Amino acid sequence: MQKITLDQVQKNQSVIVEGVQGGFGVRNRINTMGIHKGDILKVKRSGIMRGPILVNVHGMDVAVGRGMARKITVSIYN
Amino acid sequence: MTSEEKNIQYDSGSDNITIVLVGQPNCGKSTIFNEVAGYKSIASNFPGATVEYTHTRVRIGTCVCQIVDLPGIYSLTGNDDISRDTQKYLLEEPIDVLINVIDSSLLSRSLEFTLQLMELDIPIVLNLNMIDEAERKGIEIDVKKLSDHLGIPAVTTIASKGKGISQLLSQALKTAREKKLPSHIDGHKDVESRIEEMMNILGDTFESEIRHSKHLVATRLMERNEYFEQKIKKHYPELTEDIEKYRNEVENIHGTTSDEVINAERHSLSMSIFEKVTRLGKSHIDWRDRIDNVLMHNFWGYVFLIIILLVFFNIIFSFGGMIEKPLTAFFDTIAASIYNFFDAGSLISVIAKGAVQGIGGGIAIVLPYLFPFLIGLAFLEDIGYLPRVAFLMDGIMHKIGLHGKSVIPVVLGYGCNVPAVMATKIIESPRDRFITAMIATMVPCAARMTIIMGLVGYYLGGTYVFVIYLLNFFIIGITGTVMKRLLPEITPGLMLEIPVYKVPRLRVLLMKTWLRLKDFIIIAWPLLIIGSAFLALIEFFNISQIINNVLSPLTGLLGLPSKVGVTLIFGVLRKELSMLMLIQAFGTSDLSSVMSAGQMLVFTIFVVFYIPCVATIGALWKQIKAQKTLIIIFLTIIIAFILGVITRGVTGIFW
Repeated sequence: MQKITLDQVQKNQSVIVEGVQGGFGVRNRINTMGIHKGDILKVKRSGIMRGPILVNVHGMDVAVGRGMARKITVSIYN
Repeated sequence: MTSEEKNIQYDSGSDNITIVLVGQPNCGKSTIFNEVAGYKSIASNFPGATVEYTHTRVRIGTCVCQIVDLPGIYSLTGNDDISRDTQKYLLEEPIDVLINVIDSSLLSRSLEFTLQLMELDIPIVLNLNMIDEAERKGIEIDVKKLSDHLGIPAVTTIASKGKGISQLLSQALKTAREKKLPSHIDGHKDVESRIEEMMNILGDTFESEIRHSKHLVATRLMERNEYFEQKIKKHYPELTEDIEKYRNEVENIHGTTSDEVINAERHSLSMSIFEKVTRLGKSHIDWRDRIDNVLMHNFWGYVFLIIILLVFFNIIFSFGGMIEKPLTAFFDTIAASIYNFFDAGSLISVIAKGAVQGIGGGIAIVLPYLFPFLIGLAFLEDIGYLPRVAFLMDGIMHKIGLHGKSVIPVVLGYGCNVPAVMATKIIESPRDRFITAMIATMVPCAARMTIIMGLVGYYLGGTYVFVIYLLNFFIIGITGTVMKRLLPEITPGLMLEIPVYKVPRLRVLLMKTWLRLKDFIIIAWPLLIIGSAFLALIEFFNISQIINNVLSPLTGLLGLPSKVGVTLIFGVLRKELSMLMLIQAFGTSDLSSVMSAGQMLVFTIFVVFYIPCVATIGALWKQIKAQKTLIIIFLTIIIAFILGVITRGVTGIFW
């Protein structure tokens, strides 16, 4: 299974969260928003100029900063 | 007032109950609070914090209730100030019942927070708000089943339409009086067993010191929650080793950190409850998604952003402009009558007149702009547009050390710095808020524009006006970048919910506006009065000369005539005064006869950057507190100085 980071995902692609590369602070922020390992995220759009990535998870839209997105590893969901 | 609301009265009564509203952002909590609180809300800070919560007292039936609206947070264990202070409040303050307000259309995510709240051992009622939104998304919730699974009462409401609120409150009172504590829902056996073992070593004396159930303490320790870690370190440092041992056991079994395990447990629990109590049907096509295709579009999004900001800007300044003139005239008349009343020319008359002019300034000059701004801001907030602004601007803003949301204060600053500073409220991180506030004060407001136009524009021509604005823009960018590097980055990045668009309620808008206006008035007006009275004294005692002498090293360094000194002091009260006082100080309105072109440039540039006006200082004080305000005052004076001297040097060489 191909593993990439969230910022590399194409628009309208759905992915499964595999893990978070980061310390407690980063994990905490991601978990707090309701994003956990095994969740399905759908990438809705990508901001220009290294802007945030808009994903939909559990019916909610979340803007994830590019720096954060680079720390979330995902796999493609078919 | 609907018939449901008639039962809520505002009197004194018998028993005293504290109801606390708690929920995730955008769940409609504040709408519920506003329905109940009316105009009697009071905003307070958490002790020792800049985080605010609002509260009020109302009578419901025979009970005198304190109702508290805590800030919306996603989780009690979040690392940011708001979550920490809110958790602290919930752990330490006396609370009779919690109302957990949730957006029913986001039930699965919301339940995670509910489960956390249930761990606190406080009677709790689940409030399924926005039940109409859930319906729209095709989510059918079996409320009774949900209530049974959780073991707590559940009440549905549509707060935006005022429906179900009195039922919610009566259930809350009932639950408070019954003092029924929510029971704990178990997770995985292996995690639970470690938590139980932790509870054993925590001992009985521990419980009396920390006032919470051992189960809560153990769970939070497993989650590495800072609040409890601190308490253990302080009271029972000898237990840290054992606690770490249990954490490691859990981590070894599950292959990930213990806080992740607990989070994952809650997550799967809330998902399973969600699946058991809901049925997903067909959702109605949402035209609001279509709006976002445009408003968040990579090109059109920015076009519309500019349009919306321009409209916002224009409304504020047309409205303000309309009201300012008649109000200023009104206050000038009052000031004149007071002057005469107190025996014109005497010390008292001068001070009184000065004080009235000060208040007049606050009311006639700032308020006409502040009021439409605050309403507009509340409107953009409640409709849900602000997070979209942050999304569009975040990438660009980070390059100059700012936050996506910073664009709003900066744009507003071009009109007036006061609303700009107050707008920094929307930025959560204190560090970003500080940088944005600092930058907002460097943006040349309308008052400074009159100086730029009236002095440089009039005598030196339009090109130089453009140069000054360009220079200002660059300095702001550089300042932002420098501050970004100097101040450590605390927040790891943007994680922002983009909520569904909602129709704002006028009543809530007015309430928010009133609360924020009250804040500003309390701080700024005393400053304005004192400042004005002080300046009146200067005029009366003819101390201008003395002040000019005191400031002459400063003005000398800038190459400016010493008479300019006192005008700079006046400029602190109101920026446009500095130019007006020039005319008075030199006794002529043809300033080219007393100042060279170079001097005009130096003066203008200095005035554009130095110390914010008194009203802005008031707003800064309110938003970022005294210490940081003083830093900004200090920094702006230094920057203004450096730029002024450089300008003097450059113009000296070329002219």
